[in-house]
Amino acid sequence: MKKKARKRLVILMFLLPSICGFIFFQVFPIVYSFVLSLTDWDVLRKANFIGFENYKTIFASEEFWRVLRNTLYYIVLYIPLMIISSLSLAMLLNIKTRFTGVFRTIFYIPVLSSWVAAAMLWRWLLSPYYGPINSILGVFGLQGPSWLYDKVWAMPGIVLASVWKDMGFFGLIFLAGLQAIDPSYYEVASIDGAKRWQKFRFITLPLISPTMFFVLIMSIINSFQLFPQVMVMTRGGPHGSTQAMMERIYNYAFTYYKMGYATALSWILFCFILTVTLIQWKMQRKWVHYES
Amino acid sequence: MLIFSFFTLLPFFWMVSTSLKKTKALTVLPIQWFPDEISFDGFVKIFDIFPFDKAIFNSIFISVLITFVTVMSASMAAYVFSKINFKGREVLFGIYIATMMIPANITMIPNYLTLKHLSLLNSYVGIMLPSLFNAFGTFMIRQYMRTIPDDFVEAAVLDGASQLRIFFKMILPLSKPAIATLTVITFMGAWNDYLWPLIVLTDKNKMTLPVGLSLLNGQHQSDYNMLMAGALISMIPILLIYTFAQRYFEQGLSVGGIKG
Repeated sequence: MKKKARKRLVILMFLLPSICGFIFFQVFPIVYSFVLSLTDWDVLRKANFIGFENYKTIFASEEFWRVLRNTLYYIVLYIPLMIISSLSLAMLLNIKTRFTGVFRTIFYIPVLSSWVAAAMLWRWLLSPYYGPINSILGVFGLQGPSWLYDKVWAMPGIVLASVWKDMGFFGLIFLAGLQAIDPSYYEVASIDGAKRWQKFRFITLPLISPTMFFVLIMSIINSFQLFPQVMVMTRGGPHGSTQAMMERIYNYAFTYYKMGYATALSWILFCFILTVTLIQWKMQRKWVHYES
Repeated sequence: MLIFSFFTLLPFFWMVSTSLKKTKALTVLPIQWFPDEISFDGFVKIFDIFPFDKAIFNSIFISVLITFVTVMSASMAAYVFSKINFKGREVLFGIYIATMMIPANITMIPNYLTLKHLSLLNSYVGIMLPSLFNAFGTFMIRQYMRTIPDDFVEAAVLDGASQLRIFFKMILPLSKPAIATLTVITFMGAWNDYLWPLIVLTDKNKMTLPVGLSLLNGQHQSDYNMLMAGALISMIPILLIYTFAQRYFEQGLSVGGIKG
């Protein structure tokens, strides 16, 4: 009996820090956040229970749909650009040379730097008059847009920064996928006289589809949570054209102190992410090939 | 390959070049790729107008603290989940893992309110507390500890070793690769984290580098030589660690990618 009590004590001791964190900073906040989202609490006055009123207000607001359109605009530009650049990067890194290690390190530098530093750098790179990007465009006789100061071009500016920062990260994930492909597939295809494009289309693409699936899931989840880029580069402007869900949640909670409204937004964001991920999960059967 | 490298590195070149410029050289046309006159004005200014030395210290201290707490708490829990049997263990572990689905944006507002209630805003303890629980870390280390044969633990128990001794002298050293991976990714995550410290740390003297930099970015919009100097300083430590622990970074980031 004494031994059993001792064992319990040991288990408790080892789990204590983790369980405390779990209860007070994971389970409790989930419940609390949902309860808050049903109130009109604004820190100053007493909270009133208002049911799903916050959710109704959000769906009825023009702002919410604008934010959603902004996010879609980001996704539509970012995903293809990021996939194409990181996959090409991975295919180049897959060709072994003496310098492959050096290149890997180079492409990883943006991944390692903080988003705040990267976003500050890109705000400066995209500066309409004194920024190098428009200067380079000028050399080719092109008049660059005002980027972050232009309603239409601000989001593409943020996309460029994001592709630059994430390319190395997804590139290395694709590289791992490419290296898992059995080289004999390519040898057989060469004997059959397959062209390079055909090999890519009929061997590489199907065999890296599980990696592609993983990359898509991750990058779309991240896209919905766009935050530091917006905060540092545009603060949601001009005219709300780069406002994003996380940026709205942050501002409602910590600038306007509308805690009820902000928590309701965070639950809507969660439902969106969950739905999109589930849809992708269902659709994977159609295009993802797992080797048996 | 060279083209890709060029596009990746050009922005960094511009960052370094800008940080070495005099303020008036920022608005000269055509733009100067190499500064006409090398100057450290930006580096001097950032320490002048902001407690930047404190920010460097805070970043280091907070990242080390968060990393230590995360790794200790996660590996202690992982030890129980992999080596000590008790009723309801798998259920508890299942609930742990299920919470990985809930993103931080749901828990951050209540967690802020909790810390506010406990008067722990702007404190090192406060910013670290949520790290006590890390589902991903616990999962990763548990998976690794499961590969250590149970016989090892049983033999040690028969020899009369206490559980604490077994954990610190045997299990932790044997799990070194998993612990190293969790350490580097947690450190990097804490070093670069923005949202959580932005909410919790509002006192200039407590801010970490990303929070301080974003504040300066808002207040001194066009002092790019100073901003780039700050950004450069904030990147150096993580690059140094990367050169020593490259393997663990790449492993860790590809498993923990969703957090990135």
